[in-house]
Amino acid sequence: MRAVDAIMECLKAEGVDVVFGLPGGANLPTYDAFVNGGIRHILVRHEAGGGHAAQGYAKATGKVGVAFATSGPGATNLITPITDAMMDSVPVVFITGQVRTELLGTDGFQEADTLGITIPIVKHSFMIQDPREIPRAIHEAFHIARTGRPGPVLVDIPQDLSRAEIEYEPVTDVRLPGYQPTTEGNQKQIRQAAKALAAARRPVIYAGGGVVNANASAELVELAACDRFPVTCTLMGLGAFPAPHEQWLGMLGMHGTRAANYAMDEADLICAVGARFDDRITGKLSEFAPKAKFIHIDIDPAEISKNVPAHIPIVGDAKNVLAKLAVEYRALSADGARLGDWWQRIDGWKAKYPLSYEDSKDNEIKPQYMIQALYEATKGEAIVSSDVGQHQMWTAQYYDFPAPRRWINSGGLGTMGFGLPAAMGAAVGCPDRLVCCVAGDGSVQMNAQELATCAQEKIPIKVFIMNNGFLGMVRQWQELFWDGKYSHVETGEFPDFVKLAEAYGATGMRFEDKTTLVQDMKRAIATDGPVFVDVRVTREENTYPMIPAGQAAREMVG
Amino acid sequence: MGEPGTKAPLSLEELQASTGLRTGRKHVLSILVENKSGVLTRIAGLFARRGFNIDTLTVGPTDDEQISRVTLTVDGALHPIDQVTKQLHKLVNVLKIRDLEPGDTVSRELALFKVSADGAQRGELMQITEIFRGKVVDVTKRSVIVEVTGTTEKIEAFEGMVRPFGLIEMMRTGEIAISRGRTET
Repeated sequence: MRAVDAIMECLKAEGVDVVFGLPGGANLPTYDAFVNGGIRHILVRHEAGGGHAAQGYAKATGKVGVAFATSGPGATNLITPITDAMMDSVPVVFITGQVRTELLGTDGFQEADTLGITIPIVKHSFMIQDPREIPRAIHEAFHIARTGRPGPVLVDIPQDLSRAEIEYEPVTDVRLPGYQPTTEGNQKQIRQAAKALAAARRPVIYAGGGVVNANASAELVELAACDRFPVTCTLMGLGAFPAPHEQWLGMLGMHGTRAANYAMDEADLICAVGARFDDRITGKLSEFAPKAKFIHIDIDPAEISKNVPAHIPIVGDAKNVLAKLAVEYRALSADGARLGDWWQRIDGWKAKYPLSYEDSKDNEIKPQYMIQALYEATKGEAIVSSDVGQHQMWTAQYYDFPAPRRWINSGGLGTMGFGLPAAMGAAVGCPDRLVCCVAGDGSVQMNAQELATCAQEKIPIKVFIMNNGFLGMVRQWQELFWDGKYSHVETGEFPDFVKLAEAYGATGMRFEDKTTLVQDMKRAIATDGPVFVDVRVTREENTYPMIPAGQAAREMVG
Repeated sequence: MGEPGTKAPLSLEELQASTGLRTGRKHVLSILVENKSGVLTRIAGLFARRGFNIDTLTVGPTDDEQISRVTLTVDGALHPIDQVTKQLHKLVNVLKIRDLEPGDTVSRELALFKVSADGAQRGELMQITEIFRGKVVDVTKRSVIVEVTGTTEKIEAFEGMVRPFGLIEMMRTGEIAISRGRTET
């Protein structure tokens, strides 16, 4: 069969039910195969939108997302989603067209060195040099993307090779001698960790996106339940531990709760699971958790002791390791009463420093209230995506995610314009769930074109734009750290989001009154098809609390 | 002090301060890789991206044609070697990495020196070459090419000796290394 038909067979064998993409010259043969390929293809309006949609799909479903693009500009438009998927460990396979082999290296029309450009931002990549390699490359790509620490894998296929006739046989034995992730976790180390936990007087479990990726939420809850261990999650880990919960400290880090950050600061033992001690978590590294010893559980050995030296390193899949750790811990019959003083201290912080803001005296919608209203209107049950900035932090703070794979955002790379296409991908992957996007008025425009895709494909995402007419987070930093001199952060009244929505074939709405906001949001949610809502909020509100960049947790302000 | 994100200016010293475990010595990493196109780019790209410097790099075939060996030297005073090797391990085409123990390793480098030497100086140059167990591989009226093999230190010592003659140019291969005893590198 044609190599491109073999690609369709490979995708089906890998369980792919949808592809996000955009055709062009170099992948014309592949698009011909879609006609009778038996795989749903969603035509996006920009390759970046397709890439982020594949990410949203992967994050919401736990399956591998797939995005297609043509050569040259099609491929370079994928750079941001690929990097984003790398930073946040999202399993996505990107398949790009390439110019004919005879044109390679000649600066041919729409030629770009896709493989070369993407080497620093992929988990792995394949440049097809012989059409018979295509099936194996695609199966290996899926294997690498989904196993170990997940990530993006790229397959670049020259146009002429994709037209070749090949023998297709399903590849069932993917063996890669240089790629064998450690998943089990060393039992001796796990026992050490259990002993350390049993001896700790002020322990904290610090869980990251790795727990979500490993589908290890139940195991995390089980470990925490062994002895009422306090739990905090990173931005990427939200939902891995069900919130609200009496052992839940809230998110930690730059805009985390005081309870979480102070607990890290005073802890004598921190058990990090699937988290990578990012600078947004540690603040000033030399003053991070000064009294703590560290257990570090991660599937990627390179994360262990990268930023903070681990006393008990455990390389393995979080699901396996947490389950074993709970068993080992229970066998020790530790005295849970030893944590009494610690909980008293933590409860003191929780009572003294709850997340709070000053509500408006009139009908003005405070951005924090907007998230609380969304929580109420969705009963906390929606999948919520976001862009990057103040609205992202407020959503992370005020929307208590009760389960994993509900919170879809760009944490590591911090990509503006991520939320709308990611919501689109999540909605395609989870058609029975309500999917909302909380966007910024600045960032939503970076991929607003995908509203057209949503309208055409009837993908019913509900986008709530937190509109303050500013690039809010940058404005906040200019206000706080650059003498209040605003430099190019005001976006004003442009565009008219309601008209924009209508032009794209979506329903546009504008909400400005807090007293009716919950009802209005319910109305938007009840409306069929994609809905694009301009929510006018307080213009110059700051996201607090906050650890100023490069400072220690105890120096939180606001 | 310049805090990130704030307007305080950063001194050059602060810019250079960095974290990570440093061993303070040169490391020779012997890496087996799949013989596939783009592998060297992946390795070089990884070093560039993580801000690691490669001091020397050699690539050659092994007794298995599917596999090549990359030998590279890295300064452990500047870079966290542990992190370097862990990141290298993540490359799918990298099969095996050994951080060779200096006391347990035989390492060699080949260098060619083109030195200006006329009749009067030639004798002395030949003597030095003899002491370093080098070989004269080309002679013209005004220049000599000397081949020297040895450790990096020996090559550098030889360079120091011939420089006063007038060193026209020098070529070095970078180190290759093999572990002592019966075990495989």
